[in-house]
Amino acid sequence: MAPVMFRDVRKSFGQVEVLHGVTVDIEEGQFVVLVGPSGCGKSTLLRMLAGLEHITSGDILIGDRVVNKLPPKDRDIAMVFQNYALYPHITVAENMGFSLKLKGAPRSEIEAKVRPAAEILGLTQLLGRYPRQLSGGQRQRVAMGRAIVRDPQVFLFDEPLSNLDAKLRVSMRSEIKNLHQRLKTTTVYVTHDQIEAMTMADKIVVMHDGIVEQVGAPLDLYDRPNNLFVAGFIGSPAMNMVTGKLDPDNRAYFVSGDGQRLKVDNPGDAQAGQELICGIRPEAIHLGGEVGLKVKVVEPTGSETHVIADLDDTEVTCVFRERISAGPGEEIKVTVDPTALHLFDANGGRRVSA
Amino acid sequence: MAGAAPTRLSSIYGWLLESKNGLGLLFMLPAAAFLLCFLTYPLGLGVWLGFTDTKIGRSGIFIGLENYEWLFDDPIFWLSVYNTLLYTTVASVLKFGLGLWLALILNQHLPFKNLFRAIILLPWVVPTVLSALAFWWIYDSQFSIISYVLMNLGLISEPINFLGDPTNARASVIAANVWRGIPFVAISLLAGLQTIPQSLNEAAALDGATPWQRFTKITLPLLSPIIAVVMTFSVLFTFTDFQLIYVLTRGGPVNATHLMATLSFQRAIPGGQLGEGAAIAVAMIPFLLAAILFSFFGLQRRKWQQGASD
Ligand SMILES: Nc1ncnc2c1ncn2[C@@H]1O[C@H](COP(=O)(O)OP(=O)(O)OP(=O)(O)O)[C@@H](O)[C@H]1O
Ligand SMILES: [Mg+2]
Repeated sequence: MAPVMFRDVRKSFGQVEVLHGVTVDIEEGQFVVLVGPSGCGKSTLLRMLAGLEHITSGDILIGDRVVNKLPPKDRDIAMVFQNYALYPHITVAENMGFSLKLKGAPRSEIEAKVRPAAEILGLTQLLGRYPRQLSGGQRQRVAMGRAIVRDPQVFLFDEPLSNLDAKLRVSMRSEIKNLHQRLKTTTVYVTHDQIEAMTMADKIVVMHDGIVEQVGAPLDLYDRPNNLFVAGFIGSPAMNMVTGKLDPDNRAYFVSGDGQRLKVDNPGDAQAGQELICGIRPEAIHLGGEVGLKVKVVEPTGSETHVIADLDDTEVTCVFRERISAGPGEEIKVTVDPTALHLFDANGGRRVSA
Repeated sequence: MAGAAPTRLSSIYGWLLESKNGLGLLFMLPAAAFLLCFLTYPLGLGVWLGFTDTKIGRSGIFIGLENYEWLFDDPIFWLSVYNTLLYTTVASVLKFGLGLWLALILNQHLPFKNLFRAIILLPWVVPTVLSALAFWWIYDSQFSIISYVLMNLGLISEPINFLGDPTNARASVIAANVWRGIPFVAISLLAGLQTIPQSLNEAAALDGATPWQRFTKITLPLLSPIIAVVMTFSVLFTFTDFQLIYVLTRGGPVNATHLMATLSFQRAIPGGQLGEGAAIAVAMIPFLLAAILFSFFGLQRRKWQQGASD
């Protein structure tokens, strides 16, 4: 277990800079999720931490040691690869004990470490098999087992669940979370799935195009996104965006481009006349009120009802607890929770509401 | 009665067209005929000749094992067997070692990688006779470039007698064969290396493996099926090599570089003893079969290769 620190880390491939100065602090024992759209540099950052990619500039610290020049084998890090990277020519047990064998540990010691790890992961029956004879989920578990046996300073996961089906993904998600609560090893987990990020992380790092957009606890990011990118990225269904300005006569009202007036409780330092984008979470819209929506699609999920509707010319998604009977083309009346509006500067996307 | 035969015929015809095996048989016929004409017939003829006393210009009669009894007492034949085994073993080991080494280098990120890969293939694309002639010149007893360079460097005082001295001649033909055979081994192994996912090496590096351990514990085992194929072919090519020797030494000096293939040719064509030459060639078959069997077991899918295919 050790803290990890990135200090203004940059990475270029040839002339192209793909990471433009990343600074992140990861505390001892924390579960940190790096999340962002494809190509934003998550894997690159992770691989730099593992020592598989050269660091162009900046420092990476594990514990209080700068590891920039340290080869991977001396970093005491275990990584679970997206394609698992199991050694195909040796059995599950040998895969899990590989690192110990390299160190020259006696057979009994390897056995004593592989057994309990296999038990935690439910792999005891599979120890004699070869990776080819396993299902995707089992391979995933073996890859985790191989990491656990190492008992490393830091665990790294690079999109470990992306090859699994939806159901297995949900169960592995909680399994990994459980494992972390049990082992308390510092963990850096990469995903592009914001639900994984929200459900698993102690701390989320949202990345976009090689920069860190925001760092924070999952619900902080959800409740107070710093900018439009984070607002749009975190949350599912995604936040609705309505363009407009504050009412010049009454700063407590946001007026959309189409003339809709929405009450805002905390306009912050938004200026009258400033071009704004108002972010509305789908569940901040409630049935009953004076704002008219024209229903386009109704998607009942059982526990809630998703409605895609037009607020004048802007398409918005609403999530209602109630079941509704309105069909496409009909109008429903709603209120928008004035405490739950997020105002962003339309130029640059900075958050302006308090 | 008159109608019965056509019906039977047409029912066989129908079976041929309709059953999967029948159709398969039909489609195999051209290939089978081809193999029969161009492979089995000459091979059969060769084996038959080995049991006769045929000479050029005189068809022989069946003499049983006499040719083989004669060969059994022929020290030159045994020398050629020894030469062939020595030649094959040393050349194959060298080709494997150097070829693997080259493949590993070419698998790294090098500038001009593709250029190097193309250059490596050169010895393979040059016709054997041509490269043999080049080596003949390189190994010339007076004008050898190697002797010239070494003499100018002051390392030796007189030209090396490459092809005139038995030991030197053996080493020289082996060197030429290795030079010619390396590209095949290196490029094939390189292809094999590229099928090994990079992430396995990375995982091993994180697991604490040194570069040498990554090579012995990951690369080599994963490469072993391809090594088995490549080295089988390499051994077969080397064992049956003829052109290089024939151009360079014709088996000399004092038969020191006579291989079974060159001896067989020499006895059969210049010597005129077709039967005896054929017998020598047939004597190569057990060795080749042994090599093939060896690789057959080496080539069997390893336990870890069985199971799901993705
Ligand atoms: N070896 C490389 N050479 C050149 N460019 C690279 C290399 N590896 C990655 N890149 C570039 O760096 C950027 C970040 O890549 P990276 O693999 O870190 O993305 P990612 O966030 O992991 O995406 P994904 O979610 O698709 O895995 C991409 O634009 C990619 O094209
Ligand atoms: Mg990635």
